[in-house]
Amino acid sequence: MSNRTAEASGADVRPDRRAPVGPYAPARRSGRRRPGRTGERREVRGLVSPHTLTTTRGRIVYWTVLVTVVVGFTAIFVFPLYWMVTSALKSPEEIAQIPPSLFPEKIDFGVYKEAWDQLDLGLFLRNTVVYAGGAWLFTLAFDVSAAYALSKLRPVLGKAVLAMMLSTLMIPPMVILLPAYLTVKDLPILGWNLLNTPWAIWLPAAANGFFIFLLKRFFDSIPRELIEAAEMDGATPARILWSIVLPVSRPILGVVSILSVVNVWKDFVWPLLVQPDTDKMPISVGISSLSAQMPQNVLMAALVIASVPAIVVFLFFQRSIMAGLTAGSLKG
Amino acid sequence: MTTITVRGSRRRGREAMGRAVRRNLTAYGFLCGALICFAFFSWYPMIREFLLSFQKTNFVGPPEWVGLDNFRTVMEDSAFGPAWVNTAMFTLLALVAGYAVPFVIALVLNELRHAKAYLRIVVYLPVMLPPAVAVLLFKWFYDPGPGLFNQILDLVHLPALSWLDSTTTALISLVIVSTWMNLGTGTLIYLAALQSIPGELYEAAELDGAGLLRRVWHVTIPQTRLILLVMLLLQIVATMQVFIEPYLLTGGGPENATVTVAYLMYQYAFSFGNFGGGGALGLMLMIVLMVFSAVYLRVSRDDKN
Repeated sequence: MSNRTAEASGADVRPDRRAPVGPYAPARRSGRRRPGRTGERREVRGLVSPHTLTTTRGRIVYWTVLVTVVVGFTAIFVFPLYWMVTSALKSPEEIAQIPPSLFPEKIDFGVYKEAWDQLDLGLFLRNTVVYAGGAWLFTLAFDVSAAYALSKLRPVLGKAVLAMMLSTLMIPPMVILLPAYLTVKDLPILGWNLLNTPWAIWLPAAANGFFIFLLKRFFDSIPRELIEAAEMDGATPARILWSIVLPVSRPILGVVSILSVVNVWKDFVWPLLVQPDTDKMPISVGISSLSAQMPQNVLMAALVIASVPAIVVFLFFQRSIMAGLTAGSLKG
Repeated sequence: MTTITVRGSRRRGREAMGRAVRRNLTAYGFLCGALICFAFFSWYPMIREFLLSFQKTNFVGPPEWVGLDNFRTVMEDSAFGPAWVNTAMFTLLALVAGYAVPFVIALVLNELRHAKAYLRIVVYLPVMLPPAVAVLLFKWFYDPGPGLFNQILDLVHLPALSWLDSTTTALISLVIVSTWMNLGTGTLIYLAALQSIPGELYEAAELDGAGLLRRVWHVTIPQTRLILLVMLLLQIVATMQVFIEPYLLTGGGPENATVTVAYLMYQYAFSFGNFGGGGALGLMLMIVLMVFSAVYLRVSRDDKN
């Protein structure tokens, strides 16, 4: 028995047992992990004992490390961003000056306006939003209903279908880039050419085995009784999905939504291939294809404009993004 | 009496079968959207990848079977050797910087009691930037004249480097960008793993007189062994597909110093119009990556048992 407890405490790092976003998982997890834990012992301790931190020497070391880490992180991760924002405020002469100025001589947001107009960033941003929004809708519609069917309706060959969907996780995306491009260019049987249409981004985005995996695992954890009770009352499968499964699945829907939008927003290679026309490009492809012909300060302004939406989304949805990350890292 | 029962059960049987048929039809109705997407954009391309590498694709007629010709063509290419060496070097260097460092950072972050939220956001910020933005930003930093890096070197009285323009530093420059923009992912995953280690284990180790490093070695690492292994494999598979850095920064140069397998594959298809050659490279890369994926599968399955 004690052996089992020890095992269970290690279970948190196991991909198969870990359910970071399950509806009932948090309670079950903490309950399983430390069954006999009393209130005062809940204080989490790490490598260094709390006792060491109360000694003078411990405190000096701790504060030195803290200050070093905060300063180091700011220099490594924030300073480049500061440099990007301020480079865009400088005049072409000032940006080429050696040594560079730490603060721009005068704050001139004109460069941002110039970048916006010259590069047609409004169009690029709108394209990106259309691609990300459509991909999100298709992902939710197709993957949620597929995961629901596989989890709750359990059709014939359901297991095989699931296995085939999950097998796509083993294929690195770069490796099937060329055949996927050729497929989109000339869709088999139908013969449609999807290049330069949003479909070329929306539909492949929905073919995501990892989302199916996350959703199905979550749906599996919804108690049977809930579904059976609704069936007794004569609810159709569609009704059960809409009124029972979806409302309790909000956390996982949040994670999948954010992951799908971020995936499309960050993707570069795929839109580079399937949106070759300049007026169809999403923002990162658009900026990089025009980057060679731009003055440095205008390019920096364009980069700032391209990163603002991502950073705003991140600051707003931090928690879900980080939850998605820990779920995402453990994909099978 | 008996007949009624028999007839009844038969009817019930038929009803049950009808219900099963209906349930299956509904289920496949729900599945059809995803099935179509997977069939066209995942399953078919997987098969097509195999066909592609043994065919000559010209966009006018039907593709022509050419046996191993495509493989011969790419292997005779002078960039073929460098592409594999660079991909391996890039992966190795990216592992040195991008694998151990996040673990150490996570260890330190886990001990801190202040500024936790700030540090966590800051380390993840570059991950949120679109990769193209991060790469183009670093292209400006690498500028040999007024670029940030040479200015910093100048400030501390070190000689300037030519970064992307020299065969010795170009690949390392790519590794630096790649590490900068991906470091946050590993850090936060390790941090989550570290937080699940019960404090009692450290207490017990301490009572036994284990110092800080020994506690890391005998408690932290065994407790996070699985996640460390999984991350190692995932990172190898992810970095071996490196494309955007050479595409945006160097175009494979100087003198093939940064050409990678994925980049060469792209060049074959879109610069030389030789999809067969690109397909052959893709297939070779797939085989190499499949080895790591298979190890990964094995590891997670062993763990399940």
